[in-house]
Amino acid sequence: MTQSAVRPTPASPTPPGGHLLEVRDLHVEFRTTEGVARVINGVTYHLDAGETLAVLGESGSGKSVTAQAIMGILDTPPAHVRSGQILYQGRDLLTHSEEQRRQVRGKEIAMIFQDALSALNPVFPVGWQIGETLRQREGMSRADARRRAVELMDLVKIPAAAKRLGDYPHQFSGGMRQRVMIAMALALDPKVLIADEPTTALDVTVQAQIMDLLADLRRDLNMAMILITHDLGVVAGVADRIAVMYAGRIVEHADVRSLYRAPAHPYTKGLLESIPRLDVRGQALSTIKGLPPNLMRIPSGCPFHPRCPYVQQVCVDVVPHDLVLGDGRTSACHFAQEVRDDSAR
Amino acid sequence: MAVQAGGTAANFRYARDVILRPFSAFPERLASMFRFILRRLLQMVLAFFGTTLIVYALMFAGQGDPIQALAGERPVTAAQRAYLTQKYHLDQTGVGGFFYRYLDYVKNLLQGDLGQSLTGRQIGDILQQAWPVTVRLALIALAVAIIFGVTAGVIAGIRRASIFDNSTLVLTLLVLGIPTIVLAPIAQYFLGVKWQLFPPTAGAQPSFYALLLPGIVLGSLSLATALRLTRTSVAENLRADYVRTARSKGLVKRRIVSVHVLRNSLIPVVTFLGVELGNLMSGAIITEGVFNIPGVGFNLFRGIRTEDGPLVVGIVSVLVVVYLVSNLVVDVLYAVLDPRIRYE
Repeated sequence: MTQSAVRPTPASPTPPGGHLLEVRDLHVEFRTTEGVARVINGVTYHLDAGETLAVLGESGSGKSVTAQAIMGILDTPPAHVRSGQILYQGRDLLTHSEEQRRQVRGKEIAMIFQDALSALNPVFPVGWQIGETLRQREGMSRADARRRAVELMDLVKIPAAAKRLGDYPHQFSGGMRQRVMIAMALALDPKVLIADEPTTALDVTVQAQIMDLLADLRRDLNMAMILITHDLGVVAGVADRIAVMYAGRIVEHADVRSLYRAPAHPYTKGLLESIPRLDVRGQALSTIKGLPPNLMRIPSGCPFHPRCPYVQQVCVDVVPHDLVLGDGRTSACHFAQEVRDDSAR
Repeated sequence: MAVQAGGTAANFRYARDVILRPFSAFPERLASMFRFILRRLLQMVLAFFGTTLIVYALMFAGQGDPIQALAGERPVTAAQRAYLTQKYHLDQTGVGGFFYRYLDYVKNLLQGDLGQSLTGRQIGDILQQAWPVTVRLALIALAVAIIFGVTAGVIAGIRRASIFDNSTLVLTLLVLGIPTIVLAPIAQYFLGVKWQLFPPTAGAQPSFYALLLPGIVLGSLSLATALRLTRTSVAENLRADYVRTARSKGLVKRRIVSVHVLRNSLIPVVTFLGVELGNLMSGAIITEGVFNIPGVGFNLFRGIRTEDGPLVVGIVSVLVVVYLVSNLVVDVLYAVLDPRIRYE
């Protein structure tokens, strides 16, 4: 387990033919007093070393829950992983003991959260919180952990890092706080960084800075990154591939370029059309009608059918399988081909 | 606050700019704590005079003839009456006369003289004997609340909806529902008289053992409240976002709970216990009465019952100071524990 502190971490040993991280047919449900909410319904995606996968979807689509299942930090109960596999370097994390999973957290797969103010402990100085990971996980001395914390804060470009070591989270601006979060996540040289809506709580100019920082760090430290977001604008410049989630399923999966050019799922198409455009004047903003489904009563057939402009009888009756469209693209729509051709026009 | 109006505000500025200037080398937070304490001490002076004035006025407002009250049943000769009238400035009548006497009282108070009770004893002596007893009783009660209340609260908070959680809920509701005036005699009868596990009454020079049962009874209310507060606070903090972060750092659960969660959960609990200590110190009238403990509350009750004005005012004056100081300590402690709180 002991690994040299030399950075950047060399590319991880992935078994031949396998992926660094792979989620296979994951099912997660929340058992509450009001009933069972099926939050994740057969999610499958993978991540290779050194790439960035964006997971896109609206609130409640299950993107964060999938990430927390990977980390093993779901609150159980109420959450319950029903079936599926989460393979990291070929080994299924779901079969690991809690102690083995703990070893993976932070060291192999690290995570940063949406709201850094609540995600950081309010009563401890940030330097202490960054150093805690090093002291607890690496057995580093107090002084060494302190020194390393300053390095990490420098790495995420926090000005006057040494001076700010003793400051508390509330004394930082939103952007700086998110940088502290990132520094903390990077402490153990993880191979995978999961960023759960890292810029949602920030204002637009700061959003861009944080995204640039994440992209730079991912490249410099040779990490793989899962970027969870509901913001299509954030994704475009950073991600290699996009997985679009709806009602706990991946509905479309494609590389960024082809997805933006010609979405092959009506939901993705609706999302892209609802981005305000500067070059089109005098037109009402397009929206996706209706609301996301209640996860306790997911519609029959394709869960998107009540909101879909392409809806036919088959959509109500039959759950669509992933249609492979070439170039590694898939779309879970009975009319994927038509939708793509429509969009390309 | 009203205290800051007019000339006092100028005094504050003077204190801040002139007196505290040498301390500017201190770290900013320590310096602001210093300013905060100084300001609060100045406010306390006014609060002290305000409360003693009110208590003094109330206690003597209803009194008919103070000289006769002093003498009790015995007749008062004309010479005695003249002497006492002059001594206590009773010849001054109306509001002016009242303030004259109040200022007399305050003048003596500032010289450490609390005056005489109607029984002729020095109030200072009475308090000197009563205080150590009450302080010991209060500390026992507080220790009971901390050791059992906080510990059980933490466990109940971690194991929400467990058998332990539910049984402590029932027990605390029971304790909170029974007034001390009922609980104390019941405990005294069963534990003291019937099963003879504890001495049923304390007596003049109570030992630690004699104070144990009254301390537990007195502390049970604080215990119940501390337990509920701790339980809620721990349960709430366990769901906080920073716990998820701590888990994603790969920390062991034990550390997450004992360092991250506990440090946050105990902020309101410590604050509550601080205020509670002030309450316990200010005399447990019922408990001290039932167990016959010669503490502050016991003497206060006797003073009220026998309409011993000087004794009541004397005790209350000291209690006001105790209460103000304990509140100040709590406020400072709160800001020490929670870095988000600013000294203002």
